[in-house]
Order: sequence, then structure tokens, then C-alpha cells
Amino acid sequence: MIEIKGLSKQYGEKVIFRDLSLTLKDGEVLAILGPSGIGKTTLIKTLTGLEAAQSGEIEMDGQSYSISEPAVTSKIGLIFQDFNLFPHLTVRDNIILAPMSVKKMSKDEANLKANDLLAKLGLTEQADLYPYQLSGGQKQRVGIARALAMDPQVIAYDEPTSGLDEKATEQVVAIMLSLKAEGVSQIVVTHDLTFAEKVADETFDFEKEVHR
Amino acid sequence: MENVMTFLPGILAGLQMTLGVFFITIIGSVPLGILASLAMKSPYFTIRWLVNGYIWIMRGTPLLLQLIFIYYGLAMVGVSFTRFEAAAFAFIINYAAYLAEIFRGGLQSIPQGQFDAAKVLGLSKGQTFFKVILPQVVKIVVPSFGNEVVNLVKDTSLIYVIGLGDILRAGSIAAARDVTLVPYLIVGVLYLIMTAVVTITLRASEKHLNVWR
Repeated sequence: MIEIKGLSKQYGEKVIFRDLSLTLKDGEVLAILGPSGIGKTTLIKTLTGLEAAQSGEIEMDGQSYSISEPAVTSKIGLIFQDFNLFPHLTVRDNIILAPMSVKKMSKDEANLKANDLLAKLGLTEQADLYPYQLSGGQKQRVGIARALAMDPQVIAYDEPTSGLDEKATEQVVAIMLSLKAEGVSQIVVTHDLTFAEKVADETFDFEKEVHR
Repeated sequence: MENVMTFLPGILAGLQMTLGVFFITIIGSVPLGILASLAMKSPYFTIRWLVNGYIWIMRGTPLLLQLIFIYYGLAMVGVSFTRFEAAAFAFIINYAAYLAEIFRGGLQSIPQGQFDAAKVLGLSKGQTFFKVILPQVVKIVVPSFGNEVVNLVKDTSLIYVIGLGDILRAGSIAAARDVTLVPYLIVGVLYLIMTAVVTITLRASEKHLNVWR
């Protein structure tokens, strides 16, 4: 279980959220809902250490950390809204870069892992393609594979269905549900209610629950 | 034909000097230029100010003048270089300034999302720079870098001012001695060959980099 307590973020005078708390149970999908521009992405960037928060605590594995500590952020994988794949690397190299550089895995070891992920996400045929050669849905799945390669405890998605057609959205749903079946905890930021209904166990209404 | 044989050895010796200055400038100015482009983004005002001052001076004064100052001027205050060292130093710091501006432009056009993605994956700053950012910057800057390299081929002729014998100087000597334009013609052809080699090499690397977009 992961508990976030007292998370506050402001840009100058503008308060994005204040004293925000939320709980993510193991193996569950938590959907954070709310209209665009309300600060959902900022929340997810704060959780992954891309934005500094004014205050906040996170409890993980029974231990308490301050927010955006590397010990916490390394356990959270992020799928970006616009994917942010590395354009100069093939699909395979996008996936093995971090395991080799950060976890110092050997190339063979990293490739074996990548093969599994590629097969699981239906990307085996795209392994040697570059990101510009992929469809939106395929890019999304490469992003997921790249995050999963680091064995995160939690996967966070920022608006995963924006820019995807119905079929690709269905694939995202299927992937999220199969990850859930494997026990991966997931947080998804979205304004797409039908999508949220399909994947989420719990929802967090940003507009209602956030104090400013 | 007999004439050509009398001045060809001189021109070839000059060619060696020209190529020497050319390669040492490339080897020295590329890393220095990258470093300077990073320093321009430094969080410390003093560092940014110093680097911008350096680039302003290098780009704002003729290379010819810089050569004179570095060889003759520094000798007057007790810093003495050999002629070749002075030429190498002047060319490296001059070209590094131009390259720094080019690299800075390339660096700026990398979307923030690339830095974010690398950070979330846990890559260190060094890994992010060398494995994610630099390869993308290289692709962006190759065309403008190519321009600078072609300029460099021709700029090497400026070293005559501190008494170094490059191909142009060798050509001039031969032309004056034999009262003929043939040496100049040969020198011109050699410059064309050198710039052609540079252009072809860079085109090939552009093509190679086009496997991804």
C-alpha cells in the first residue's frame, strides 16, 4: 500500500493543490479524474520527482519518505501523455537503455527481458523499428514496456487515451487490466470517464477533493 | 612540366601544415565547443557571463587579429608559443566559440520531455547527456557544423601571418619565383579537393543519421 499525505504544490502565489492525501492499495488501479488544466499532470510529475513539491510525505512498504526522494521515484514508472520515446533509438534500445545504464544489466540479460516485454505487449515485430515508424498505440505500448523494464512498484499514466483511437484505447485497457491481474499497482490521470470506469478500482475526483 | 616538379614538393609540405592545423582544430574545438555550450546554460551567472564574453570576443574580432595577438602579443607579456602552438591555440578557441553557438541551438531544440523521460527512468545527468541528448543534438547540428568545417579548410590559410608555411604560402613563393600562376591553380584545386572530401563525408553522415527522425 502506498499512502500520500499532506502533498502541497504551488507556483508562486498560485496553489495547485494543498494538503492532498491519497491511498493506492497494492494491485489496484486508481483513477485521478478532473478536467484539463486543473493540475492532475502536476500531481503525477510531483510523484515521479519531475516537479518539486512544497511539502508531502509518502509511505511505501511501511517506510516513510519525503516526497520526490529518489528512493521513491525510482519505484514509480511513468507513461507520458506524448510518450517521450527516444527518437534515435529503436524500440528495443528504448527498452534496454535504462536497465543497462541504471541497473547495470548485461546486454544479453536486458535483451531477454525486453523480448518478454515485447511479446507481452504485442511489439515483437516492431522491435527494430524507430519511434517515428510506429502508430500512436504502438508508441504508447513502447512507453509502457520501457517503464516496466525497470520493475517499478507503481505505474503512473498521464492521460493515456488522449490522441488514441477507440481500438488503441481498448488495447490500453487490456494491458492495464492484465498488469492488474499480475498485481502491479497503477495510477492513471484522465478526463475520460468511460475509460476510467473500465480500468479503475478507485477514483479520486480532483475537483471535489482538492483544497486550494 | 619541369616547373611543376620544382614547386610541387614545397606545396606538398605546405599541404601537410594546412592539414595539421585543420585536424588539430577539429579535435580540440569540438569538445571545447560542447563544454562552452553547456556552460552557457549554467545556473551560475558568473560562468554564463564569462562564456558569453569569450564567445563575443571570439566571434566579434577577426581570426587574423587573434592569431597576431596570441603569437606576438602574448610573447610580449612572457607567454611564448611556438608558431604552430599559437596557430593551434588560436584556431581551437576561435572555432570552439562558433561551434558552441551551434551546439547551444541544437541543445535548445531538444524537447523537455526527453530530459523528463530520462530522469524518470533514473538515468544520471551524464547518462542523459551522452546517451539521450547528445546523439539527438548531433543530428540537428550536422549541417551547420559542416559549414564551419568548410570555412575552416579555407581559414587555415590565415596562418601565414605568423610565418607558418601552409599551401597558399608555398604557392605564393613558387608563383613569385617562377613568375607563373600555375602554383596558384594547383593550390586552388587542392582546396577544392579538401572541401569536396569534407562535404562528401558530412553528406554521408547526414544520410546515416536519417535512419531515425
